[in-house]
Amino acid sequence: MGLLSRKATCNSHGQDSSYFLGWQEYEKNPYDEVKNPRGIIQMGLAENQLSFDLLESWLAKNPDAAGFKRDGQSIFKELALFQDYHGLPAFKKALVDFMAEIRGNKVTFDPNRIVLTAGATSANETLMFCLAEQGDAFLLPTPYYPGFDRDLKWRTGVEIVPIECSSSNRFQITASALEEAYEQAQRKNLRVKGVLVTNPSNPLGTTMTRDELDLLVNFITDKEIHLISDEIYSGTVFSSPVFVSIVEVLKDRNLENTQVWERVHIVYSLSKDLGLPGFRVGAIYSNDPIVVAAATKMSSFGLVSSQTQYLLSAMLSDKKFTKEYIAKNHKRLRKRQSKLVAGLEKAGIGCLESNAGLFCWVDMRHLLSSDTFEAEMELWKRIVYDVKLNISPGSSCHCSEPGWFRVCFANMSEDTLTLAMQRLKSFVGSTASNDRSHQEMKNSRRKFRTKWVFRLSFQSFHDREQDER
Amino acid sequence: MLSSRASCNSHGQDSPYFLGWQVYEKNPFDQAVNPTGIIQMGLAENQLSFDLVESWLRKNPDVMGLNKDGESVFRELALFQDYHGLPALKNELVEYMAKTRGNKVKFDPKNLVLAAGATSANETLIFCLVDPGQAILLPTPYYPGFDRDLKWRTGVEIVPVDCWSSNGFRITMSALADAYRRAQKLNLKVKGVLITNPSNPLGTTMTRDELNHLITFAIAKNIHIISDEVFSGTVFDSPGFISIIEAAMDPNLESPDLWNRIHIVYSLSKDLGLPGFRVGMIYSNNETVVSAATKMSSFGLVSSQTQYVLSNMLANKKFIGKYMKENQKRLKRKKEMLVSGLRKSGIECLKSNAGLFCWVDIRRLLCSDTFEAETKLWKTILWDVGLNISPGGSFHCSEPGWFRVCFANMSHATLQVALRRIKDFVQRWSYGGGIGNKISYQQNMSNLNRKLPSNWVRKLYSSEGDEQDIG
Repeated sequence: MGLLSRKATCNSHGQDSSYFLGWQEYEKNPYDEVKNPRGIIQMGLAENQLSFDLLESWLAKNPDAAGFKRDGQSIFKELALFQDYHGLPAFKKALVDFMAEIRGNKVTFDPNRIVLTAGATSANETLMFCLAEQGDAFLLPTPYYPGFDRDLKWRTGVEIVPIECSSSNRFQITASALEEAYEQAQRKNLRVKGVLVTNPSNPLGTTMTRDELDLLVNFITDKEIHLISDEIYSGTVFSSPVFVSIVEVLKDRNLENTQVWERVHIVYSLSKDLGLPGFRVGAIYSNDPIVVAAATKMSSFGLVSSQTQYLLSAMLSDKKFTKEYIAKNHKRLRKRQSKLVAGLEKAGIGCLESNAGLFCWVDMRHLLSSDTFEAEMELWKRIVYDVKLNISPGSSCHCSEPGWFRVCFANMSEDTLTLAMQRLKSFVGSTASNDRSHQEMKNSRRKFRTKWVFRLSFQSFHDREQDER
Repeated sequence: MLSSRASCNSHGQDSPYFLGWQVYEKNPFDQAVNPTGIIQMGLAENQLSFDLVESWLRKNPDVMGLNKDGESVFRELALFQDYHGLPALKNELVEYMAKTRGNKVKFDPKNLVLAAGATSANETLIFCLVDPGQAILLPTPYYPGFDRDLKWRTGVEIVPVDCWSSNGFRITMSALADAYRRAQKLNLKVKGVLITNPSNPLGTTMTRDELNHLITFAIAKNIHIISDEVFSGTVFDSPGFISIIEAAMDPNLESPDLWNRIHIVYSLSKDLGLPGFRVGMIYSNNETVVSAATKMSSFGLVSSQTQYVLSNMLANKKFIGKYMKENQKRLKRKKEMLVSGLRKSGIECLKSNAGLFCWVDIRRLLCSDTFEAETKLWKTILWDVGLNISPGGSFHCSEPGWFRVCFANMSHATLQVALRRIKDFVQRWSYGGGIGNKISYQQNMSNLNRKLPSNWVRKLYSSEGDEQDIG
C-alpha cells in the first residue's frame, strides 16, 4: 500500500504529453522581439490577447468596479465576506445575458440554473462528478483538447472513449462514428453516461453544423445519456456560418421541458472570449435541478473570487460595452486568422476552413516522411527545435490521422505572426530542396496535396455543393 | 442517470448546523430594522478588523486598479493562470505564515500550493494522500464541513478520535489507538490523522504534549499528519501557538521520514477575514505531494486579480504587523465579553485562547444527558431565545450539551443583546424548572406558534433548499 494515493503517483494527469512538453521547451527559450529574437514562438497557447485594450479602457473609465465600490459607496466588507456558492446574483444575471447575446439572443438563460466555478477546468470536472461514476465513460469526438484527459478522468475515475472523426468529411461527427464509439465502450465493459463536445471545436476552430447537432440530440435521446456542450469558444465565432448552440436546436425541435432537455448541460467560461483566464471564471448551465443543486455544492471546491465576480458583473452589465467588445473582438480575430491562413498558404500549407476559435487546424501531412505518428513526432520536434515554433501535434489531441497540427494565432502580435510564417516558409522550402533521393515521389505527392490543401482553405465549388445539401 | 455523489446525502448539508442557518436567513436580527430577529452566532467569520484592511486598500488605489508603479498590469494578470501561483504572493505568504508562528519556523515558497480556499486545499490533500475506501482519523469535536470536504468526492472515510470534557477535550494516546483499532475492525486502512490547530470548535491551541502524542503515533503507524491551521492568526492569548512543524523539529522525536508526511493547510479567510476572496493553501515538504497538488490546483486556482491585491497588502510589513496586533486585541476583547456575559448567566465556556468562537457548556440545561435533549435545547435557543448557535452533535462531539458560539461576526451592541437574551432565558428556565418539566417543549412551541407567523414554524421541519457551511 503506497504512502500517497494512486492519483498522486500515477500518470493520468496526462501532463507528460507533447502538448505540455512543447510548452516547457518554449519556457526555456521564449521568443522576445528585442531580448531573444531567435527564441521559440509560442503558438501552442489558445489565448485571446487581441482585445485587452478594450478591457483596459473600460476599467480606466470605471475604477469603482475594481475599487470595491457601488454607486460611490464602499462594498468592500460585503464582498470580502461573500462566499455564497449560489454566486453573486448581479454577476449571474450579467453572465446569462452575455451568453444570450453571444447566441444572437436566439435563446435565453435562467440565472437560477447557472453554477459558477473557478474556470471551465473546474466546471468540466464537476460535471463529471455529478453525472458519472468511477468506471463509467464519456464519448468525445476526436481531435479534442488534451486537457480533457486530466480534467475529465484524473480524479473522477471516468473513462474517455473517442468518437473518431476524419479529414475525409472535415472531421464532422457522423452517426456511424457515434455508434462505433458506443459499441467500443460496451466491448470494454464501460457504461456510457454521455457525450461531451466542444462547440466551437478545439482544436478544429469550426462550429458544429445543425446536422451534427441534430445527430447528437437523436443519439442521446436514443441511448438515454447526457450531452455536455463545452461552449467556451462561443464568443470567438468571427465569421459564418453563425454559431448554433445546442439549446437553440432543442428549442427549435420543441424539446424544451422534455427528458432530453434535462440531460443537456453547457459549460462556459470568460477565459477565451474576454481573454481573462487568470481570473478563473467558469460556469455550468443545466436544466436538471438536481445537477444544479449538486454542482452548486461542489462549487465550494472552486468558487470564483467575490472581488472578481463583482468586477465582471459591472463590466458585463454595461451592454454598450459588451456589444462593442463582441463586434471588435470578432473583427480582430477574423483578421488575424486570415493572416495566419495566408501565411501558411505561402508556405504551401493548408488548413481546415474555420470560423471560430483562437487557432487553425493545419494540414502538414505532405511534410511527413511517412504516414505515421512517429513521423508526426519527428516533424513536430523539428518545428519546435529547428524552426522554433511551438505548435501542437494532432496526436496530443488524439487525432486519428497523423500530420495535423493546431496553430494558435490570437496570442501574439501581428509582427510575431509574420515572423513565424517566414520561419515556416523557409523551413518548408529547405525541406523540399534537401530531400533529393525521394524528390520525384515527393514532388508528385506534394503537387497533389498542395492542390488539395488550397482547396481546403478556399471555399471550393466542391465544398459549396456539400453545404447546399 | 446521475452519479451517486449527485443524488446521495453525503454532502452532509442536512444537519442542524445548516438548518439553523436557514432559519436565521428567514428572520435575521438587525438592530434597527428587526430587533427581535435571530442573532447569527453560528458563523465563524472575523468581522472585527475590516476597517484596517479597507483603510489600507483605500490608501493604495493603484493596487486595486491593478497598476504597478503607475503602469497597468491588467493584461499580465488577466493572462496569469500558472498553477505555480504568483511568486510575489507565495513569497509574502510564507513570510506571513512564519510571522504568525513567531518566526520559530521558516517556510519555502516552493513547497506552497495555492488553492481556492481551505475547502479546496483540504479536499486536494486528501485526493493526494488517501485512496477511496481508506480512512483518516479526526479528533472530535470537528468542523461539520469536513464531512463534505474530506469524504464526498474522494470516497474516503473519517474515523473519529473521541475526546472528552474530562480532560478539556485533549487528544490522548489511548484515544488515537482506540480510533485506529476501530478503523481496523471496519477494514479501513488508516492513511493519516487530520487535526485543526487552533481547534474549531474548541478555540484552543494544541499543547506540546498533544502534538508529541500525534507525532509519536504517526511515526509508529507510518501515517500522515494534516494540520489545518486556518485559525493560526487568531491566537489572541497565551499559551502561544505551536505549529506541527515546530513540534516536529524537536530533536527527541527522531524520524527523518516524518517530514515527508506532515502537511499544513492554511487560508486567509479567518485571520484576514477575507473568505470571499478564496485564498487557501497547502504546505508540504513532500515533493510528490507538492507536484500532484499543484496540478490538482487547476481545479481551484486563486483569481490572479486577488493574488495581486493580496501580495501587495502582505508585502506591507508595517501594516501587517499593526493588523495582527490590533486584530488579536479585538478578538480577545470580544471573546472576554462573551465569556463573562455567559458566566453571569451561570454558563461556563472551555478556556480558550484562539478562534472566532467559544465552546460553551450548556449541559446543565439539558433535560437528559442525550443528544435528543441537546437538539431540543438547540431548537429552544433558536426559536425561543432567537440565537443561532451550533449544537455539539453536529460537530460529532461525543458528549451532549456543548455548543459552539461565535463572537467575531457581530458588534458589541449585538453581542450585548445576545447575552441579555441568554440571561433572560436561563432565568426563565431556572424558575420554570427546566425545559422538560413545568414548561414543556410542546407548550413552548405552541406559544411560539401563536406569536410567530406559522409558515416560519413549518419551515423548520422541511429542509427546503440547501445551505452551505461556513467554518
